[in-house]
Amino acid sequence: MRTEKFKLRTQVRTLTDRLVTALAILATLTVIAPLVAIFVYLLYKGASSLNFAFFTQIPKPVGEKGGGMANAILGSGILLGVASGIGVPIGIGAGIFLAEFGRGSKLAMGVRFTADVLNGVPSIVMGLTAYALLIAHKIPFLPFTGHFSAFSGGVALAIMMVPTVCRTTEEMLLMVPHAIREAALGLGVPTWRSVLSITVKTASPGIITGCMLAFARVAGETAPLLFTALGNQFWSSSLNETIAALPLQIYVYALSPYDDWHRLAWAGSLVLIVLIVLAVSLVRWVTSRGVLKGAI
Amino acid sequence: MPDFRIAQAQFQPDPGSPDGQTLIEAPAAEISEIRRFLLSRGSSAMADRGFSWLMLLCALSIFVLVALIALELWRGSQLTLHKFGLAFFYQAFTDPYTHLTMYWDPVNELFSARPFVYGTLVSSFLALLMAVPLAVGLAIFLTEMCPRVLRSPLAFLTELLAAIPSVIYGLWAVFVLVPLLREHVNPLLVKFLGWTTLFNDNNPTGLGYFAAGVILAIMILPIISSLTREVMTAVPHSQREAVLALGATRWEMIRMGVLRNARIGIVGAIILGLGRALGETMAVAMVIGATPEINRSLLANGSSMATVIANEYAEAVSNMHLSALTEIGLALFIVTVIVNALAQVLIWAVTRGTPAQTR
Repeated sequence: MRTEKFKLRTQVRTLTDRLVTALAILATLTVIAPLVAIFVYLLYKGASSLNFAFFTQIPKPVGEKGGGMANAILGSGILLGVASGIGVPIGIGAGIFLAEFGRGSKLAMGVRFTADVLNGVPSIVMGLTAYALLIAHKIPFLPFTGHFSAFSGGVALAIMMVPTVCRTTEEMLLMVPHAIREAALGLGVPTWRSVLSITVKTASPGIITGCMLAFARVAGETAPLLFTALGNQFWSSSLNETIAALPLQIYVYALSPYDDWHRLAWAGSLVLIVLIVLAVSLVRWVTSRGVLKGAI
Repeated sequence: MPDFRIAQAQFQPDPGSPDGQTLIEAPAAEISEIRRFLLSRGSSAMADRGFSWLMLLCALSIFVLVALIALELWRGSQLTLHKFGLAFFYQAFTDPYTHLTMYWDPVNELFSARPFVYGTLVSSFLALLMAVPLAVGLAIFLTEMCPRVLRSPLAFLTELLAAIPSVIYGLWAVFVLVPLLREHVNPLLVKFLGWTTLFNDNNPTGLGYFAAGVILAIMILPIISSLTREVMTAVPHSQREAVLALGATRWEMIRMGVLRNARIGIVGAIILGLGRALGETMAVAMVIGATPEINRSLLANGSSMATVIANEYAEAVSNMHLSALTEIGLALFIVTVIVNALAQVLIWAVTRGTPAQTR
């Protein structure tokens, strides 16, 4: 009787184990399915819509066939340039502080915590902040303020880049072996020089790709640009004017009733996604070898 | 040049020591060629101090950013804060002509965030309901069951899922997901779950809370699963081995050895996913329907906190309207900060003490 019960129990346990395994595999497939669906659809729709004109022409008026998103690509480039120009140095500086100067201190923990929290703040809030800060009022002596402008869009994106760049820089710097720092300091190299030319240089592939990752993330951000950069149907390269951006243009075109604009939206999405996949794969490649192996 | 180098190695003043000072005060006639060269390079004490201050400044700027966001949102929402107070988040108005309940009337400057809070909560809750079991299942598969060959590419794929921009999710949802839901899923939901009165088929567009919930679920899945994976790998191997040595099956090992140890961190991961879902803007804006109403049916059009800001801010009609939208932003900011802080603390409680390792 006892053994009968035991056998039954074992069978139930084995069965549960199998069932859970099956469920886990099913969950994995369910997760992979939308990803594959998105990519296949993007490739299929995007590649068939992508042509030379997409990269060289500005949008045609409603009803005319053709046209491209050249102005949006330029605009995205300018916005990202402003964002990286402001966000990357601050982020790298903060990362260096966390990894080299404040290691283990309460202040560093506070900064790290705040950076992680800031990373989770919705992007639309950054847009609101940039609007309140730069657009709502004209700031004396500061150009580009007081109206919608490319500059304010860049600032909103820069705020988003800082925490990402800061945390990746820190993670990369932490992977650099202590012996290298000690060797530099032992030769009498001043601390700042040892940090910049030894530690940061060793981790530079990781830091650069980390910046690229932040860059790619921000490249797809639409919400903070909605009421800062505002979008533009024409060529514009001035920081003082409203400017077109790829994700903004995709948003507007996706919700439009015109097939031709849908086509452009898919093509734009494909361009964005290629940029992002490149950045993500590069990070993965860099962190799979050498000193930086295992970072992130 | 070679003698210079030797001299440098021998006479390099210790950075930060007062050596440099005493050398400067020595009579000019006694300074040799080598010494002059060294002096010309200056003391690095100042440079060191300056550099560390500069880096500290960069680090502190993160605090400044958070304070700046809070301050600007607070200042921007003064008008509605004074007029409505906290009632802003739950009040309702009655239309004087139709006697219907309404919440959002920019023309008459009557604002209530109630439908947006409701929409945000409902869509986020739906998203969690769908995403959590899948994400935890994926994490279990990747850490405990997956053959080594598959692990890396699968992890990479989910990482990609996290990197796709919101607007592309939205585009895909508008053209693929919503038609799919409209034609195939919604009729089934109405047929089998219609009795709960949560599913009502009077919305022919396929947009609404449910569509928003599905796209949100897809978007927060990778975050939850990668963090769950992280806390599960942080569980020491000895725990697994101990449970296996007692004769447990693999599932029992996962349940007792891994999940039980990692549960706080998994809750943290879920809360972090919730934080993302609460603040997600573009994809939701494209599929939720943008109607400032509260509907019992999950298939009805609605709106959420982030999407109303996205839709109306650039075209706001009055300062009061701007203030109302900014106050919604302030609420969103405060809620996401609290949610994220909580999640960080929980995840940190589990992964603390484990060295950085290949994930």
